[in-house]
Amino acid sequence: MSVTPPVTASTLLRVDGLRTEFTTDQGPVTPVDGVGFTVAAGETLCLVGESGSGKSVSALSIMGLLAGNGRVTEGSVMFEGQDLAGLPEPELRRIRGHAIAMIFQEPMTSLNPVLTIGDQLAETMILHLGLTKAEARQRAIELLEKVGIPRAGAVVDDHPHRLSGGMRQRVMIAMALSCRPKLIIADEPTTALDVTIQAQILRLMRELSAETGTATIFITHDLGVVAEMADRVAVMYAGQVVEETDVYTLFDQPKHPYTVALLKSIPHITTPAGDRLTPISGSVPSLLHLPTGCRFRERCPHAMDRCATELPELRPLGGGVGEGEHSVRCWLYDETGTAVPA
Amino acid sequence: MTAVEDVGPLLQVRDLRRYYPIRKGVIARTVGQVRAVDGVSFDVYPGETVGIVGESGCGKSTTGRAVVRLEAPTAGSVLFDGTDIATLSPARMRRLRTELQMVFQDPYSSLNPQIRIGDLLAEPLIAHKRLDRAGARAKAAEMLATVGLPKLSLDRYPHELSGGMRQRVGIARALMLEPRLIVCDEPVSALDVSIQAQVLNLLKDLQGEFGLTYVFISHGLGAIKYISDRIVVMYLGKVMETATTAEIFARPRHPYTEILLDAYPEPDPRLRDRERIIVEGDVPSPANPPPGCVFHTRCPYAQDICRAEAPPLNAAGGARHQVACHFPLAQEAS
Repeated sequence: MSVTPPVTASTLLRVDGLRTEFTTDQGPVTPVDGVGFTVAAGETLCLVGESGSGKSVSALSIMGLLAGNGRVTEGSVMFEGQDLAGLPEPELRRIRGHAIAMIFQEPMTSLNPVLTIGDQLAETMILHLGLTKAEARQRAIELLEKVGIPRAGAVVDDHPHRLSGGMRQRVMIAMALSCRPKLIIADEPTTALDVTIQAQILRLMRELSAETGTATIFITHDLGVVAEMADRVAVMYAGQVVEETDVYTLFDQPKHPYTVALLKSIPHITTPAGDRLTPISGSVPSLLHLPTGCRFRERCPHAMDRCATELPELRPLGGGVGEGEHSVRCWLYDETGTAVPA
Repeated sequence: MTAVEDVGPLLQVRDLRRYYPIRKGVIARTVGQVRAVDGVSFDVYPGETVGIVGESGCGKSTTGRAVVRLEAPTAGSVLFDGTDIATLSPARMRRLRTELQMVFQDPYSSLNPQIRIGDLLAEPLIAHKRLDRAGARAKAAEMLATVGLPKLSLDRYPHELSGGMRQRVGIARALMLEPRLIVCDEPVSALDVSIQAQVLNLLKDLQGEFGLTYVFISHGLGAIKYISDRIVVMYLGKVMETATTAEIFARPRHPYTEILLDAYPEPDPRLRDRERIIVEGDVPSPANPPPGCVFHTRCPYAQDICRAEAPPLNAAGGARHQVACHFPLAQEAS
């Protein structure tokens, strides 16, 4: 199966061979199929992909937050020596919101509309940190100040609907930070925001992660956001990681044909106008009708016979364990990770 | 740039206003107004693409809908080829309808789910051009090929197509009546990244093929830059700046334009630590816009006059560059 990502002293989370299945009216689908990656303490890993790539389901699988018709069927989620994939719900609940916190795209649907901001912030701190009500309220105000909410002392008694979208997302970040987590999973946290507000939130998240040393899994469809936020990037396509490397290598020397094509298809604003964008032909395959072999082959300009019959594994380039800084799931690179001559 | 200077504009929007009443209570008394569009003026020349960019609530979509008369303006004029469509009678508007079409953001909610693609495309020809069904279907088949869809799609329903294909249908439908002007309202925003370029390139190709004029509305600076010849930057119902695309990106004169460009997450990690201004604060409500310049509450350069007097949209040097600012940024490259 897939290669085991290297474990180093600083590895905080190691996801290995994760497979998540959903039962649907049209039969079972596997939106996450053999996903593996690691997150080191303090680093930001971006999971980037289009709709249906499995990036959000991967996050929900890690957190044990799958809907009733979904379950993890294979793989492990090692977090600080514990496999979260096999953990019973009560133990998982102790980790969720405490050691691992989550930020969602739409803060209004993840905040309770009938509770004040302060009560919601205090709730988790009373539960997980054993603070008293007064202590929790005081710390809630401090957290609101920390995430840049003006008049924090008054906002703490407001209800969520009184705040703008950007301010609500700041509250979500405050809530995620409240129990000093080791890992934050942020799922498209700025996608619903206007671009000037997005810039504020991205800057805030970068400052906070530098200050607190919290590791982040940042899920996005936007390669611009990846360029702003990531230390490392895992590119996902149709339920699998197809390329993983550090952010500079990804943008300078992308190897997987999907990554290469994706980068050519997006407009830049700092370069003078000119080049025509090169779109990727076709569209993302349906999970119900995945192609045989490589899942990108029907849209790939380099597809070979082998791509139709055998699914490539995610393999480190340049061969050899330890040099696995750049991994690619593509038959253009052989077992030793060197480019196959055309 | 395709526009020819000595040809008059195809579209002239002048001091366009669209206010919505805020009603309260059982008798729905009007207690205020949302000034969604508050005095917008711009020109569109034949064959060019004018991009309207701005954040949510800036009035860009309302402006677009007023241009094709899906909204009746509260005040102002929309001159299309010399005819003011803001005050046109319904009968005359119906005739002009063939010349002005719209492509919407979400092709799924703008296509009737119970009608096959072939009939969706044929219907306007039957209604406006009095073609018979067979003739209209033949034209529909031709148009599908033009927008890059297989002929089989004629007998498909909208839900059977992917998002990108549905948007091609939306574009095909807008083209059926051979319009001169198409307003595209966020046409790629709902599409996956890998599909957006397909649709943007299609729009460019069709413009060349049919000599179309576009008003392209988007919050996405990347798409706006790629497709537009000229750009109108809006904020809180007003035009902040308008200029050629090259000018806007190389030499923005309005502080808001500069801030918008700075906020754009450029897909290049080496630019992440570039020097830039990130403004704090939120966009004020259009129900209660600030006095003076509407941007003064977030502007890093605001002075007393900005808080008191709204700056008019003034010429700011070459190429029809206009800016609404008391203290426009220096003309050198920023």
